[in-house]
Amino acid sequence: MFNEIARMFSFDFFVYAFITGLLTSLSASLLGVNLVLKRYSMIGDGLAHVGFGAFALTAAMNPLPAWAALPIVGIAAILLLRLSKNSRIKGDALIAVISSGSLATGLLLLTAFEVRNDINRYMFGSIFALDKIDVIISAVCSFIIISLYIIYYNKIFLVTFDENFARASGINVPLYNTLIAVLTAVIIVVGMRLMGALLISGLVIFPPLSAMRIFGGFRKAVACSAVLSIVCFTAGLVFTFYFSLPPGASIVAVNLLVFILFTSFGKFRQKG
Amino acid sequence: MCYDNNNVFCNLTFNVKCGEFLSVVGENGSGKSTLVKGLLGFKKHSGALEINVRRNRIGYLPQQMPVAEDFPVTAGEVVLSGCLNDVGFLPFYKTRHKEKAREALEKMRALDLEKRCFRELSGGQRQRVLIARALCAAEELLLLDEPASGLDPMVRAELYELIGVLNKTCRLTIIMVSHDLEGVVANSCKVLHISEKASDNFFGTVSEYMQTSVYREMRCGCV
Repeated sequence: MFNEIARMFSFDFFVYAFITGLLTSLSASLLGVNLVLKRYSMIGDGLAHVGFGAFALTAAMNPLPAWAALPIVGIAAILLLRLSKNSRIKGDALIAVISSGSLATGLLLLTAFEVRNDINRYMFGSIFALDKIDVIISAVCSFIIISLYIIYYNKIFLVTFDENFARASGINVPLYNTLIAVLTAVIIVVGMRLMGALLISGLVIFPPLSAMRIFGGFRKAVACSAVLSIVCFTAGLVFTFYFSLPPGASIVAVNLLVFILFTSFGKFRQKG
Repeated sequence: MCYDNNNVFCNLTFNVKCGEFLSVVGENGSGKSTLVKGLLGFKKHSGALEINVRRNRIGYLPQQMPVAEDFPVTAGEVVLSGCLNDVGFLPFYKTRHKEKAREALEKMRALDLEKRCFRELSGGQRQRVLIARALCAAEELLLLDEPASGLDPMVRAELYELIGVLNKTCRLTIIMVSHDLEGVVANSCKVLHISEKASDNFFGTVSEYMQTSVYREMRCGCV
């Protein structure tokens, strides 16, 4: 057992994947709680598609590093959050429009500039192809997200729970909504390198949803979501390593399994 | 302490002194909730609106709260969030905030709900928890926007009793928006009636209000 673990960690690519993935899943699961509760689950998905388009753009303009996609996704996040506020249906349709629009643009760009090999990478991620710089950037981003989340935890909670009361308490509600949007954009871009555009929202949505099946308190739900994200990611990565599975898919599959378990347990407990 | 309001949409003047209980009544759409938002500083207004309480130290009970059915939060956490206006830039609550939250729950006779999940509470229990939260935020003024809506008569009576206790024994100034005339007449000391016709606006004590034709008209509608 111990030897096996030592063997896994003797590969640089595995260590990089482990560190980056752990930090990314942790920060994604924290933000996910608020996104799910604010009914913004689909925004994560929409942003990932915008991220795909943005990555394609950076690949097409070759000298740009992939991280240049970040500002584009950030602006899209703020726009989506602002617009979906006014009317739910409009926001809903808007996400669909933006998703497919940027996916199409991204595909066209990648084909036109003959970087077709990258399509797979951006769609499904490339967690075992990270280099040191990727690790450092995602570690810094995750660190910023996690510390901001802890520092502003109480304010973020109140803004999510009751905006009117938050305003009456003198909290700058739009500022915190923008903060959540920007942090979400950051984690989506970071996570896309690992999970790909199609699977990243699984990292954001599953852990909080599972946690909410069991826990009735906000702090407990957030803590459980964080723990679940770490456990599911580690399990998924180990499965990937041993059975040569696609990494993103197996991490999301573990999350799905946990979600089903927690849902049935929650139902069972409610009856009992 | 004096609040003087000259509001442009209905041009009304009223004042509330410290420790008084003012009820705001009026038809749907006459601007009661707008008035509340004006008092909280959400809406721009012209005229003199003088509030001698720090703006974000008003205890506020929103009219309806669209609580997501799946929001995982305990009653204790909800009440504690009322202390947030006192926390400032600190990331965490202090012990005195936690004590204040427990006291507020105790005043609303809801201490046993502290660990319960908010989404599992009944309408009356939720209202008590939310008023406790408002109490945490309140320095001297409690602003209640339809606290009794959607509650059955028994629970409603209990709620008014609790609000009355807050007003009398805790010397808290209360401004309550309500549709429930019986509750208003039985509990408050002053009434502000807002109407679409400016001539029907009324401000005065409860006994004065009961003499007015506006009141009799509203009563006929109810009984």
